[in-house]
Amino acid sequence: MTTNPAASGRGRPVVQVDHLRKVYGETVAVDDVSLTVAEGEIFGVLGPNGAGKTTTVECVTGLRRPDGGSVRVLGLDPQCQAAQLHQLVGAQLQFSAHPDKLRVGEVLDLYRSFYRRPADLTELIEGLGLAGKLRTYYRSLSGGQKQRLSIALALIGSPRVAVLDEMTSGLDPQARRDTWDLVESLRGRGVTILLVTHFMEEAERLCDRLALIDRGRIVATDTPAGLADRVKGGKLVRFTPSGPFDDRLLLDLPEVRSLERNARRAVVTGIGDLVNAVILTLAAAGVTAHEVELGTSSLEDAFVELTGRHAQPAGASR
Amino acid sequence: MTSVSNTQCSSVRFEAAGRLVLSEARLAWRSPRGLAFGVGLPLGMLVLFGELPRFKQHPAGLGGLSRFAAEVPVLAAFVIAALALLVLAGPLTSYRELGILRRMSITPVRPVWLLAAQLVVNLAVALIALIVLFGVAVAAFGVAAPKDPGALVLSLALCACALFALGLFIAAVAPNSGTLVAIEAGSFFPLIFLAGLWVPVQEMPTALQDTSNYTALGAAVQAAQDAMEGTFPPARPLLVMAGWAVVFGLAAWRFFRWE
Repeated sequence: MTTNPAASGRGRPVVQVDHLRKVYGETVAVDDVSLTVAEGEIFGVLGPNGAGKTTTVECVTGLRRPDGGSVRVLGLDPQCQAAQLHQLVGAQLQFSAHPDKLRVGEVLDLYRSFYRRPADLTELIEGLGLAGKLRTYYRSLSGGQKQRLSIALALIGSPRVAVLDEMTSGLDPQARRDTWDLVESLRGRGVTILLVTHFMEEAERLCDRLALIDRGRIVATDTPAGLADRVKGGKLVRFTPSGPFDDRLLLDLPEVRSLERNARRAVVTGIGDLVNAVILTLAAAGVTAHEVELGTSSLEDAFVELTGRHAQPAGASR
Repeated sequence: MTSVSNTQCSSVRFEAAGRLVLSEARLAWRSPRGLAFGVGLPLGMLVLFGELPRFKQHPAGLGGLSRFAAEVPVLAAFVIAALALLVLAGPLTSYRELGILRRMSITPVRPVWLLAAQLVVNLAVALIALIVLFGVAVAAFGVAAPKDPGALVLSLALCACALFALGLFIAAVAPNSGTLVAIEAGSFFPLIFLAGLWVPVQEMPTALQDTSNYTALGAAVQAAQDAMEGTFPPARPLLVMAGWAVVFGLAAWRFFRWE
């Protein structure tokens, strides 16, 4: 993982959300959310469907007016100082489109003209794989290409803070990885990134820190590894035993917490030097462990345990 | 330092405004439905009416004018009404539906600029169409050149303000593109009828004439006909148009939804 400026104490707070509350009619979208994003950090907002992730970042970009609490971005109030804020903050919205009959290059030139310090267009479109598409009409783009254009528009003003809401939904795996590379290169240039995501892999790969939101409240804020460590204590061994063995043999070991079996495979979770304990004990009983796989409990485990729900399926919305 | 960033700021604004107008103009050109309604149709009618014998008559009610000459201000009103009512609101409503106005609201440029760009493009098209319309009527069909061009410009400018305000109001209140088409047609056809497209206002029953007098388009035709003949239009049609412009302009401002 790249060095984390927040952890090393270099980054000053760039986004500060304090006790944010937002209500739509009877529905409390955001109940009480506080978070601080340090300069140069990639900060992820993770949570199940309807948890209030999108509403939270919409208050950060000034799209929505908070009903309670305060939001400051680069020291600016997104409601009262919107004009200054929007020169410095680029955002990608989940649902946005452009006129069908504008070409990609025309949309980019248009948005580029809005900013005082526009980004280098060539670099941006190459990073997003749009270089060959400049003459293409918006309506002829695939879903993934439209998504990449919307990321390009978020970054076109050389923002100091980029807010990306579900930026890789609808992208194929290669485009997703290319986009991750682009986001990492932005961090390399000191851009602060607030990322709403439901892809665990994306959160683990990119984010320096994560806030897990559920039902409009922050459940936990930590590094991806820190969040994963909060559950179950961590380790996991999968293997195919060469012959039958008694469950008690392993369950009696101090390192082992649980054992599950299906037709062929056995899955053991636990702590400490789990692998050696399991393999040596089995060997002593004349059983060999084949096809051994190791794992630590993942961010996804943390997600499920902390929110009591499963991660959203790909492509789900706010 | 301040002056430098101010200059930079205003040049950015200037470029952004230009780009917005350019992209709206491109879109108008690429979806020529608007140009067909606002320019092609009235010019086509002008040429058609010019060839029909019936329009060469000089009925008593028209004060010595031929039917054709009396029809020219109606077609001018048609140009303005078609662009304002049938063309302007469509893109604005779809920009709202597609989230384009919302997307623009998080850029340094306010979404109201997009609305302004759309107005500029349609007003420019209207201006060109009107120049061509009067040019062809005078040059090819022998209509007398407007005797009070200043009053004609004033009448048509007020007409444009009134009708574009109404068009913006329609864009403001139309819940979606489907309903929009119905509202557009439901306002355009009665107004253009009352302006005298099918039956000259002078030949309408009194009740319809009175109604026509208080519509912006009927008032525009009256004022333009006076200007063509060299009489400065009376206050009433001018005030009617100004009134529509203010009422619908304020209502559009009040009710316009950006998302």
